[in-house]
Amino acid sequence: MKVEMRVWRQDGPDAQGKFESYPVEVVEAMSFLEALDVINEQLVEQGQEPIVFEHDCREGICGSCGAMVNGRAHGPGDRSTLCQVHMRQFKDGDVIYVEPWRAGAFPVLKDLMVDRSSFDRIIQAGGYISVRTGSAPDGNAIPIGKAVSDEAMSAAECIGCGACVAACPNASASLFTSAKISHLSLLPQGDPERSRVLEMVKVMDDEGFGSCTNHGECSSVCPKGIDLRYIGRMNRELLRQLVHPSKGQLA
Amino acid sequence: MILDSQEPTGPIETRWERHRQSIRVVNPANKRKYTVIVVGTGLAGASASATFAQLGYNVKAFSFHDSPRRAHSIAAQGGINAAKNYQNDGDSVWRLFYDTVKGGDYRARESNVYRLAQVSVDIIDQCVAQGVPFAREYGGYLANRSFGGALVSRTFYARGQTGQQLLLGAYQALSEQIGKGKVTMYSRREMLDVALIDGHAKGIIVRNLLTGAIERYAADAVVLATGGYGNVFYLSTNAKASNVTATYRAYRRGAGFANPCFTQIHPTCIPVKGDYQSKLTLMSESLRNDGRVWVPKNKDETRDPSSIPEADRDYYLERIYPTFGNLVPRDVASRAAKKMCDAGFGVGSSGYGVYLDFKDAINRLGEKNIADKYGNLFEMYERITGDSPYKKPMMIYPASHYTMGGLWVDYNLMTTIPGLFAIGEANFSDHGANRLGASALMQGLADGYFVIPYTIGHYLASQTGGFSDTSHASFGDTEADVKAKIEKMLSINGKRTATSFHREVGKIIWDKCGMARDKAGLEEALGRIPAIREEFWSNLCVPGTGSSLNQELERAGRVSDFIDFSEMMVRDALTRDESCGAHFREEHQTPDGEARRDDENYSHGAVWEFTGDGNAPKRNIEPLKFEYVPLTQRSYA
Repeated sequence: MKVEMRVWRQDGPDAQGKFESYPVEVVEAMSFLEALDVINEQLVEQGQEPIVFEHDCREGICGSCGAMVNGRAHGPGDRSTLCQVHMRQFKDGDVIYVEPWRAGAFPVLKDLMVDRSSFDRIIQAGGYISVRTGSAPDGNAIPIGKAVSDEAMSAAECIGCGACVAACPNASASLFTSAKISHLSLLPQGDPERSRVLEMVKVMDDEGFGSCTNHGECSSVCPKGIDLRYIGRMNRELLRQLVHPSKGQLA
Repeated sequence: MILDSQEPTGPIETRWERHRQSIRVVNPANKRKYTVIVVGTGLAGASASATFAQLGYNVKAFSFHDSPRRAHSIAAQGGINAAKNYQNDGDSVWRLFYDTVKGGDYRARESNVYRLAQVSVDIIDQCVAQGVPFAREYGGYLANRSFGGALVSRTFYARGQTGQQLLLGAYQALSEQIGKGKVTMYSRREMLDVALIDGHAKGIIVRNLLTGAIERYAADAVVLATGGYGNVFYLSTNAKASNVTATYRAYRRGAGFANPCFTQIHPTCIPVKGDYQSKLTLMSESLRNDGRVWVPKNKDETRDPSSIPEADRDYYLERIYPTFGNLVPRDVASRAAKKMCDAGFGVGSSGYGVYLDFKDAINRLGEKNIADKYGNLFEMYERITGDSPYKKPMMIYPASHYTMGGLWVDYNLMTTIPGLFAIGEANFSDHGANRLGASALMQGLADGYFVIPYTIGHYLASQTGGFSDTSHASFGDTEADVKAKIEKMLSINGKRTATSFHREVGKIIWDKCGMARDKAGLEEALGRIPAIREEFWSNLCVPGTGSSLNQELERAGRVSDFIDFSEMMVRDALTRDESCGAHFREEHQTPDGEARRDDENYSHGAVWEFTGDGNAPKRNIEPLKFEYVPLTQRSYA
């Protein structure tokens, strides 16, 4: 089948971008990124610069890929990253618009590639448990109920792709930030440093991400289905820390 | 080339402890005078960087990704082994050691493997303390599963995303140190060469992938944690960017490269669909705990798999290997699948697939239980193929997955270049000729958290520290080489893409140096690679410039190294005239089709030495001693 990809091309962060049209012959079993590969191979053979896009594992776990496809982050899949979308989800003759994530805190670097280092800085502000290598007690020393452990795992599944930010009308990073805060604050090991929420939220704001106004777009496009309830948990953590600074144990 | 393994002697149980007593230590107050470069921030690199920083060293960490969290370690699904014996099923450090040496078909160094088994228990403790949400039982204690090649249940896991959770644990530990300023993180930098001063590794040359600038960085030691070379086959389960460039270029500077022909083919991947295929997807082999592998007994079978009666199915792994059944090691399972398909029993459009069936497990344990264990894997499979494994057996086929070969390292994880270390998949040390399931994560973290933080001190203590002179002539010469290569690729202006060359060489390597190899095929491959190289350097097309973001240029550089590397890999397979583990030479098999080793002549690591462009590399050997695990014919029947 044949589709027309209209892809955002932009030379650099300060350059003016525009859509370029690429008609391409594809097969249904092809992944979306493989369709982009086909276009790129043809461009290179013609001596033209290929479309820049990020990707790596191509199995939905590294969080590298992502683009707005027909206005939806990661395209038409349900709980999919862009690399997990297949051309059978389109039909012959479709016109497909492909754009980078749009958010002030994610400047476009080139074409579909954006700078998501702001996510790293949020984690650096407190998204960890301080434990020196070698000083850990036996793994079974602290029993953790299966329900709590499972809930922490569900929050920890975030792949840091940034679709939540791209989908949010406010470009908020609340889902991303709250997932890490929830993962760590749910576990007894993370309890002593529950004031992390203060630093992480501050960096999130300083990086220029917007506030959460409960649209829920983030969760609906999240490839890992990270739930909105974690944002509620983050807000509770924040309130608790504002009222009782550093009193994780009492919470 | 001198290959001094530096391994301790005496009772194996205390070798690591005694070694730590005997090596030099850097005084805590002096550690801040030393800087270490770590290239690659996956499991091994991130854990090493974080731990170096905790100890007080200054760290410069490099990644070609935008963030350390993207490293390919993240894709490991199944689990991580540790000899905790939480299941009370008789596991021990000894048993894990034994299983690993035997599983590797007696081509690993005993001292290293014993140490790996010893520190495995500390890794779990460390990761739990970091908040890694390992699966737990209802009582709140850690859960385990069994994994291919083991008779005990020693694998810890976090749903089907164990690698992700362990990497995020290491990434978070690294992030803490970046936030505190002890680690400087250089992301989107690709290492293109290592700078030697008086024979010691004292820095690296990198390309800034955003600006194209060639940059120099100096340090007192360099650690490569740059992963494996499984993408030499083009199609593999590795991430697209995974490559051999860092280790191959270190080899060109004098680091011995050991056992490049030891590559693991993973038995449970989704079969190839078409020529446009860009990579293959692995389905965790933990699926073999509950899934049963079969093919139809009838070659002309056309029925839907669910309607084929038991009597017409051949559960060939259970039939041939009654003790281990579906849990035989990876190489055995992979070759068995190939054999069934070559004999015409394969399924799927290409005929290169076998069924992995969960019907019995679902009947026995219930769909909910199976979904808890494998839900996300089933979802991933359905997303790619459109079929639900709850209703229809999966179709699987082997694919390149992991590489046991890598830079030769001694017991301190130092390569043959003083001051240059290799950890994780980038080195060759622990898995011999075949890696057991759930051992890659274990080795990456063992090296990063618990081995190199001690052993690097031994080297650093011999150095004055504080080396920072990037204006040294050696940096200039090395940088000039890097620039010349880039300029050459940009100036060819030919007709073919780097990927097209990668596909071409990858197919030859898969066909001739893949799951099974023979002399004629290997010689044929060796004859064909030079022509590909020649065409690459005369007909490559790389649009754009070197002084800006240019993904095609990045690809071309990696492909050029894969072409050169593939030749060494084939040479290694050809000169290792025996079968062992994943290296299966058709000429050397037992009557029942198992790998037949030749311990008399090949009980050694083969270490390749670069002798200049256009010259054949020199093969050196490190003889292996087996004092604790008696050499026996590996049998899983």
